[in-house]
Amino acid sequence: MRDRMTIRVDGRSVAVARGSTVAAALLGSGVPAFRTSVTGEPRGPLCAMGVCFECRVTIDGRPEERACMTLCRDGMEVLTRG
Amino acid sequence: MGEALRADVAVVGAGPAGVAAACRASESGARVVLLDDNLAPGGQIHRHLPGDAPPPKARPWIDRLWKSGAQVVTAASLFDAEILGEEWRLRAIRGGQVHVVRARRVVVATGARELFMPFPGWTLPGVLGAGGAQALVKSGADLSGKRAVVAGSGPLLLSAAASLTGAGVRVVFVAEQAPLRAIASFGLRLLATPGKLLEGIWYRGAIAGSPCRTGFWVKAAGGEGRVERAHVTNGTRKLEIACDLVCAGWGLVPNLELPRLIGCEISAETVVVGRYQETTRSGVFAAGEVCGIAGAETAVAEGEIAGLAAAGALDENGADARCLFAARARGRLFGEELGKAFALRPEVLALAMPETLVCRCEDVPLSRLAAARSMREAKLATRAGMGACQGRVCGSALSRIRGFSSDSVRPPLVPVPMEALASEEEPT
Repeated sequence: MRDRMTIRVDGRSVAVARGSTVAAALLGSGVPAFRTSVTGEPRGPLCAMGVCFECRVTIDGRPEERACMTLCRDGMEVLTRG
Repeated sequence: MGEALRADVAVVGAGPAGVAAACRASESGARVVLLDDNLAPGGQIHRHLPGDAPPPKARPWIDRLWKSGAQVVTAASLFDAEILGEEWRLRAIRGGQVHVVRARRVVVATGARELFMPFPGWTLPGVLGAGGAQALVKSGADLSGKRAVVAGSGPLLLSAAASLTGAGVRVVFVAEQAPLRAIASFGLRLLATPGKLLEGIWYRGAIAGSPCRTGFWVKAAGGEGRVERAHVTNGTRKLEIACDLVCAGWGLVPNLELPRLIGCEISAETVVVGRYQETTRSGVFAAGEVCGIAGAETAVAEGEIAGLAAAGALDENGADARCLFAARARGRLFGEELGKAFALRPEVLALAMPETLVCRCEDVPLSRLAAARSMREAKLATRAGMGACQGRVCGSALSRIRGFSSDSVRPPLVPVPMEALASEEEPT
């Protein structure tokens, strides 16, 4: 079992395996929707390899970051839904 | 701004082709910079987390890469390439900063991405790519206990189903759209490459508890706010399957944005290359899936040839390169057979309903694209293909559904924050 670490997702503490990407952490902790589309639909990751941009979230204040291309860091603040 | 690097050879993409190219070029004495947008080298096939050991199959090449002396820059997304005099100037965004690489030779090894075909419900959270779901599991996602329908086409389906099963996901159905006879004849041809056949049998064994059907495809996904069920059919029988995930991938498409930007000749969705993997642009080589989908072994052979050629090392190592020609030719034949066996059936090309969103960035339904005759017209009239992914998802789908050819490519190839570009300006 990997070490655990804690990130905050929409203000909620989430324990994740060290070394996980943000997308993996969110999906694994039961967050299916990462953002809201231009017409208001919930969306989650599709390609998980940096191509589709469906998994964009705000990470430590930086908007529009691809969750699938970012590693979790202890204490990271993630905001879904833009 | 970020770093400014100089090299003899810049390799773009650290999958099997790019790693092989970087090793051979560097070992031949060239200064090599290897750029990749992922967190660790290996490409999608050998995806692993930074700090973890690479998968056993990738190990020899990745160990060799670290010893080769090539400078490896990960988490760097290339967004521009231009020629200045005799030198290519590549720009990548990494951690919010622009990094510049100048090199006389470039090896394009940008690989392939998953093909996503639109079907009703495909935008629901929980509908992922098959390779996408596999990538998430390899990136640490704990999806154990979730019920998944794996659907689409190609060898990646069984590989993804095996990874998911290994991670504790309950794969409740695997739907391969290709008919059994096509796959059977493909399987017979694999007798020439027993390794691949054994791999297929191993994957099938790894998911022995899951029903696998050929000639079936996912027709729609349903649920409130997230996927709750998949509708699967073979044209006559219709099944409704309760699930938490639909993992649908319909094959692979080469990542052609960089070669298009550079101006390499492209034919039938592949970069045209010569004997030594040279493209039609002087000083630019291409290797691996950008030259056609044919698997990792072919990519390695092509990467080695391209690396030797780009380093100008053919005089001393020409025999080395020529030894690889047979492996490349075998691989290309395998790729052609693969393409035929897993060709998409007309029903799959017709899955999107008029109201089904085709462009997920700008939420454009198929009905709004009725009048468009090209990707360019679609963009101008509806903004389809103009969102964050820049048509990487809908463009590939529309080329199949509607026969649209790709529009021209312009920088930046990925979204780049304004501040990053502003801080790049050198003080005058």
